This record gives sequence, structure tokens and C-alpha cells, in this order.
Amino acid sequence: MDLKDLYRDVILDHKRQPRNFGVIENADAHADGHNPLCGDRLTVSLRLNGDRIEDVRFQGEGCAISTASASLMTEAIKGKDRAAIHDLFTRVHTLLTDPGALPSPDLGKLAALSGVREFPARVKCASLCWHTLNAALARSAATVSTE
Amino acid sequence: MSAQVLHSTPAPVYDVERVRRDFPILTRMVNGKPLVYLDSAASAQRPRRVIEAVDQYETHSHANVHRGVHALSQEATEAFEGARDRVRRFINASSTREIIFVRGTTEGINLVAQSYARSRLGKGDEILITALEHHANIVPWQLVCEQTGATLKVAPIDHRGELIHEELEKLLSPRTKVVAVAHVSNALGTILPVKRIIDAAHAQGAVVVVDGAQAIPHARVDVRALGADFYAFSAHKLYGPTGVGVLYGRESLLAEMPPWQGGGDMIKAVTFERTTYNDLPWKFEAGTPNISGAVGLAAAMDYVDELGIENIAAHEQRLLQVATEALARVPGLQFIGTAAHKASVISFTLDGVHPHDIGTVLDAEGVAVRTGHHCAMPVMDFFRVPATARASFACYNTEDEIGQLVAALRKVREVFG
Repeated sequence: MDLKDLYRDVILDHKRQPRNFGVIENADAHADGHNPLCGDRLTVSLRLNGDRIEDVRFQGEGCAISTASASLMTEAIKGKDRAAIHDLFTRVHTLLTDPGALPSPDLGKLAALSGVREFPARVKCASLCWHTLNAALARSAATVSTE
Repeated sequence: MSAQVLHSTPAPVYDVERVRRDFPILTRMVNGKPLVYLDSAASAQRPRRVIEAVDQYETHSHANVHRGVHALSQEATEAFEGARDRVRRFINASSTREIIFVRGTTEGINLVAQSYARSRLGKGDEILITALEHHANIVPWQLVCEQTGATLKVAPIDHRGELIHEELEKLLSPRTKVVAVAHVSNALGTILPVKRIIDAAHAQGAVVVVDGAQAIPHARVDVRALGADFYAFSAHKLYGPTGVGVLYGRESLLAEMPPWQGGGDMIKAVTFERTTYNDLPWKFEAGTPNISGAVGLAAAMDYVDELGIENIAAHEQRLLQVATEALARVPGLQFIGTAAHKASVISFTLDGVHPHDIGTVLDAEGVAVRTGHHCAMPVMDFFRVPATARASFACYNTEDEIGQLVAALRKVREVFG
């Protein structure tokens, strides 16, 4: 167990200077995430253009892992459609939980999260933003379907 | 002056290294470092005495209690009822009829809520708690309020994490039927003036339920001197096993209360038309109890009495003082909860570092602390923090370990700058 594996430079950089931090006014979709274990709270808001995420912001209080993971996520999903995001989420989830998995080359900076799986108590910190994003997307899909 | 010196006997020296040898787990390594266990407020470790008592019971004497005429059943019953009497002596209750074995503090409080409060309270009645409570002393009362129409009132705390007693008194009225308070706050370590609270509550005719989970390992608890109506605690905070605890209840109250769970052991006679309930305390112990747990708890009480709880408390207060002074010198460290009277619990935050990250870095150094909201989210909200790191000290901790905590906190700064 090496702390440097968990707190890589990319993680510390995104923790200190989170990208896309804030709230989108009049967002097309948003959701609140909460990790009752550690008290972390996170809001993800989205501007959608059809199926595509045009803009995304997050806000909340969290540990280095949850903040950096959310920051990295916002960079990774901007401009992508639902199918691509679902695919990305699956690969991040594997990265966080499967001890044998190698980071797929197209994960980009998200690969920095591969050290988290050595720290089982911290997996939820890294996945909170993704679950919150999924909740926001599901909610927007539900809204669309009822109209 | 000199005569006093001549006649005074030297205080017994508390030999912490000897105490440590009683706890086998303390020799283990964590992440390649010697374990520094500073999380006893979550669960204390067991001395060999407790491990062996449970082992002895399981190996030689186990059977179901109160049921058979055979030798093992009688031995098990004697061990279990003997443990009950051990508990009675430990907290100075009048009778073993007042000692109910439960799963832990949480179940003890729920028992009072569902049996005592639910059957008596109605619209217009009030339950008073404090802003320091653990969720286990909030949620059971919220449930009762939903069930009965009673109202929950909360006595506030100040910026040091001390109960504002005058505010509590203002909230007390003839409408107050139950007052439920922690003896010691788990999140902050604040020791509450329970005797004073009990007297004030009794003056208004309310019964008082004390959550003693965090007090029982740190101070002599005498339920009769306190005048508590109900007092709940868990074995595992007192160096005993998990899954067993005690609800003390005043006999006159318990006698009038309906059972809260039905089943075997809590009855005298059952027909399909009518059931006659068992006597106290078994009326409240449906089903086969945690027999080995009770045996382990009794052994833990023997152990604590042998060390002397006053000696343990003095040792812990020394550690609390040393740790408070040492942590005050850590840059960016903020204490959460600075009450004048505290048990050996220190909650803190570090500027710019989330408690979860503190916990992970400390763990890599072998130092175990609790991080999170400590099942006291309203306390976290009051101090406007999502979580804290909490170091707690028990009979086996040392000043060296405080040094290791401080060194590990320096590592946190190295990682996060």
C-alpha cells in the first residue's frame, strides 16, 4: 500500500484546483449525491443539447479523492452523448473495483484513479460523482419521456 | 503540611506497559507499522481475560439458558445470571430485576422508546433531547413522535460543545414526559452534567433515559446516585464483546411497561387465548440471549475493576491533556469541541484536508482514528463541518502513541502541502 499510488499528482492538482466547479444556472438536469459514510455532498448540474452534454459543473464538499474524481469526470464527459458516458462509466467502475484491470488507454487522465482500488474504503469517494451524474441523466431522461 | 506528607500513601503507579500486555491485538502490525489504536470510542479492544472467559464458556459450558434440567443448561444459566449480578454490582443497581441484557445501547434506547414512551405518550406530550446526541438517541424518539403525535424538543449547545443547561431548563415543562441525554458525547467528548439534568427533569415529572455508551469506560457509573430512570450501555466500549449491552431500568417503571418483543423466554404460560408474561428482567428478553457476550461483559467488568476505573480515568485524562497540548501545535489543526469537562476524545479538522484523507494517511502510518460524522450529523452541522477526525484514548494508550499521531499528521501535511 503506497500513498503515492492513491494521491497522484493529477489527483492532488484537481483537488487543489477543481475544474468546472460551480452550478449551472437554469440547468437542464441536476442531482445531489451524498455519501453518508463520510458526509460528502456533491451536486452535478448539466446543460444538454439533445443527447449530448454541452456543459457540466459540480459543487460540493468532499475529500481529495471525491473532489478530484468529480473534477476529472467533468472534463471527460463534456461533449459526449449518453451512450459514450455509459461506456466511460463502466470502464471507470472496472478501474475502481477490479484488481486485475489495466486502465484502458483511452481513459486519459481518469487512469490516475487506478490507485483507489488498493484502498477499498475510498472507492465510494471516487464513484460518488459518477452515481450523481447517472441520477441527473436518469432524471432528465424521465422528464423527456413524460413530455 | 508535613504531617500530611508523612501520612499520605504514594499513589499507585499506573503501569501502562503491563496493561498493554493484557491486550494481544496491540502487538500486531498495520501496513508494516506497529498498530497505534486510537479508536476505542468506536470500539475498545479486548483483554486476554475477556477472550479467555468467552472461550472457556464456549469450550466447556455452552447450552441454552433457563430451559434444560441437564448440567450444561444449568451451568450456562448460572454463568448468564451470574453476569447479570456482576453488571448490577458494577453500576450499583438495587436488583438484578433491573438489569436487562440487550444487543447494545441502541437496542436499550429503542426498548425504552417502544415500550415505555410509545404506550404512554400522545399529542401534546414532549420528548426532550440535546443537540449532542448520537443518532441512536435521536431516531428512536423521532419514531415514537411519529407513532404517538408527541413532539421532539432539542436543548442547544454552545460553541465549545457544551450543553446550555439554562436552555434545557427552559424547555422542560409538565408536558415533558421523557428526557433522553448522552452522559458523554461520542463526537466531541463533552461530559454532560447528567445528575443536574436528571434532577431538573424529575422536578417536572419527566423520566430520564441516559445514553451511557461513551461514559461507562471512563467513569464510575452509579445509577442510584445519579437517579437515572434508564441507563443504557454497550459491552464493546468497555473492553467486552460486541452484540451485547445493558439496559438498566428502575424496577417500578419496568414492572408497568409492556413487553416490546414477544417470543420464548419472556413468557410464563402461553395459550392461543392468552399469554402470561415472565417476571423481570426476562419479560424484556425474548429469544435466546447472547450468553457468551454476557459472560465476556462480566469478565470485562472484573478486568476494569482490577485496574480501577479511577486509575484508568486518571491515565486517560493525562493522555487527553498531553494530546491536546501536542495537537494544538500542529499547524492548521482546529479542535471541534472544547468543553471544560471532556472524556478522552479529541475531534479535530485540518485546514484544507478532508478528514477522510487524514484517516487514510494516518492508516498508512499504522495509526487508527475514526473519521466521518460519528453518527452525530446534527453536531457536524452545528460546527459547520462535514466530518471530523477523532482520536480517542483508552486504558492501554501511551504518550508515545500521541507522538506517533503527531508525526503521522506531519505526513498528512507532506502529502497535501
